[in-house]
Amino acid sequence: MALEFGLSPDQESISDLFSSFLAKECPTEVVREAEPLGHSPMLWTALQGFDAPGMGLPVEAGGGGAALADLVVVAEALGRAAAPVPLVEHLVASRLHPEAAIVSGDLIATIALHPADGSGLWRLAPAGAVANVVIGIDGDETVAVHAAPPGVAPANHACAPIADRSARLGDRVVLGPASAFDRALAEWRMLTASALVGVATAALDIGLAYVREREQFGRTIGSYQAIQHGLADFPALIDGARFLAHKAAWAGDNGRVGAAGVIDMDEGEITEHCALASMAFLQAGEAAAVCTDRSLHYHGGYGFSKEYDIQLYFRRARGWANILGDPARERLRLADMLWPPPGSTAGVGAGRAITAGRA
Amino acid sequence: MDFSLSDEHLELRRQMREIMTATVTAEVIDETHRSGTNHAPGFIEALGDAGILARAMPGPGQDPVDMWLVSSEAEKFGAPFDAGGMATSIAGVLAQLGTDEQRRRITPGLLSGRELVCFGLTEPDGGSDLPRIKTRAVRNETDDGWIINGAKMWTTMGHVADWVFLLARSDASAGRYGGFTTFIIPMSTPGITVDPVWTMGTERSNATFYDDVRVGDECLVGEAHEGWRTMGIMLAFERGLGNTGALTPLLRRFAQWATESGTIDDPLVRDHMAQLAIEAQVAELLTQRTVWTIATGEGPGTEGSVAKVYATEAYQRAARWAQATAGADGLLRFHEAGAAADGWIDYDVRHSTPQTLQGGTSEINRNNIAERQFGLPRMR
Repeated sequence: MALEFGLSPDQESISDLFSSFLAKECPTEVVREAEPLGHSPMLWTALQGFDAPGMGLPVEAGGGGAALADLVVVAEALGRAAAPVPLVEHLVASRLHPEAAIVSGDLIATIALHPADGSGLWRLAPAGAVANVVIGIDGDETVAVHAAPPGVAPANHACAPIADRSARLGDRVVLGPASAFDRALAEWRMLTASALVGVATAALDIGLAYVREREQFGRTIGSYQAIQHGLADFPALIDGARFLAHKAAWAGDNGRVGAAGVIDMDEGEITEHCALASMAFLQAGEAAAVCTDRSLHYHGGYGFSKEYDIQLYFRRARGWANILGDPARERLRLADMLWPPPGSTAGVGAGRAITAGRA
Repeated sequence: MDFSLSDEHLELRRQMREIMTATVTAEVIDETHRSGTNHAPGFIEALGDAGILARAMPGPGQDPVDMWLVSSEAEKFGAPFDAGGMATSIAGVLAQLGTDEQRRRITPGLLSGRELVCFGLTEPDGGSDLPRIKTRAVRNETDDGWIINGAKMWTTMGHVADWVFLLARSDASAGRYGGFTTFIIPMSTPGITVDPVWTMGTERSNATFYDDVRVGDECLVGEAHEGWRTMGIMLAFERGLGNTGALTPLLRRFAQWATESGTIDDPLVRDHMAQLAIEAQVAELLTQRTVWTIATGEGPGTEGSVAKVYATEAYQRAARWAQATAGADGLLRFHEAGAAADGWIDYDVRHSTPQTLQGGTSEINRNNIAERQFGLPRMR
């Protein structure tokens, strides 16, 4: 046990596998063709070809036995390709409800990010337009509902397959109390963070390629310090989010969840999975927003045109993050974990939150 | 990836905390503010006695995690480690480039915490553009020695240091990076004078002057005229490992004030505090990554620049936000009635200001990232 920032051999091979698969099967033409729904059944079928949909489940459950540390690598590769498949949602949902048809990917599963409203509706569930099974909170229970997906999404910013779904209509199974869903939400935040890191990384690659090539005033625009300095901020944003997502995965894989993790704001030590997942999600949302914004800007007017790829990433940076809600609310939720309000139980396993601090 | 510390490192952390609790009392901190000398002799000597300065020395064969842990624990605690950082850095340089005689004569004093060293690098006309320095070292053929003339700026600790690590031009005809020589010279050498430079950060720095300072070859660090190589080794030690952990004590002190004042219930404040907690984590992870690249022998590349720019700019933003949020109480200095966080908030705004300048400005570090990480054209 010691600090290690390199990928493990397992992570390396998973990264290579998914990156080469997506480079071949998911060039940006595939992303464009999948719009406006934002789902490619062919790509999903291809992923089933190497058992990707069930990889997040233990081998005993018929899955691939991948650790969270492996899944963040997968999610980053998906984000980098802007892959039009709901694998992040499916991986999270499958871990709550390992039914055979979900493990194989014959049925697509997703999660609803917010509890059902009074009429039993889950508003704008990610992948709700294409998922056969939706898992979420209804009242004080976590339920899974099997129902035919609508197959269409309301026209939206990211061309994401989001849709309203019913928590009541369909084949409904109670999976546990509402609290059983906490872990799934933390995993979704963590994996979405990794996907957004992939988006931000793609924005850096695309931006660098463009500024190396585009000439104005007789030289490449990448030689101008104003642009160099704007791009030089990207690595801290991207790497910071990537390491937070990996640290959240490490915490989850090592059982540092809730009271078993540490949240010590006096020493700045945080090893609790849910708090780290929330931090990763927020940092990755910021990284993806800033990197796609600046990269698009350095394209001049061309970045605004649909012909160029940067706009695909710009829209996903916002769409994939804001589906959870206002980031300020997410920060307030995080603040309650780090500095629990008096008498609250909000702090997810706050080992030692603010104490009588030193000066 | 693995984010855990080994038992050995946890033990070092425990030792650090024990020593700081014993030696860095409120009175000791007060004295550093009163005098402007950011040095606590009892603390640094205790680190020396415990063998911790020797462990924190940078260089091949040393554990960079030890080095990071020592400076980051000091920073989190609010213990003044600048003098320790300079001493270990120069001990590291001597370990690589010094002579056996220097390692016998100089290193033990540095690593015991009893002797301090200051840096004579920057000059009035040579800051970010360090090769422009004008301090001259001229070979004196009559006694096989050197005669040094010039002036240095920002010689922090110069008034209490036993040694100065000095960069001088020894052959002006040798091109931009050629003809530099580095020395380690006793501050008591005739011809060296020290004038205080008072800063808005409470801290005293110095201007130092060298008038016909005569030294022998025993003061050379590395080969004559090969000083730029020495600088490369030294600056690589410095960048992005220390001074990236300031957000944690800032946030701790702010949270303490916010709790006492009831401000912590304000959602606007909580929203921002959560953001600062994220930035503190990012700063630490980026720094740990730099440590790891050094440990694996890959680094340091641009990782240190990435960490330094991010962490120091985040610290400045945070301090300025905390001050604005504390309102008028955030303007009050130490020992004033009602001062927010006992005056630390005012202090952090002042103290954070030079962090984006010293050890490589943000602009120089961004150039470094653009040129070395991205391979974009160098345009200066």
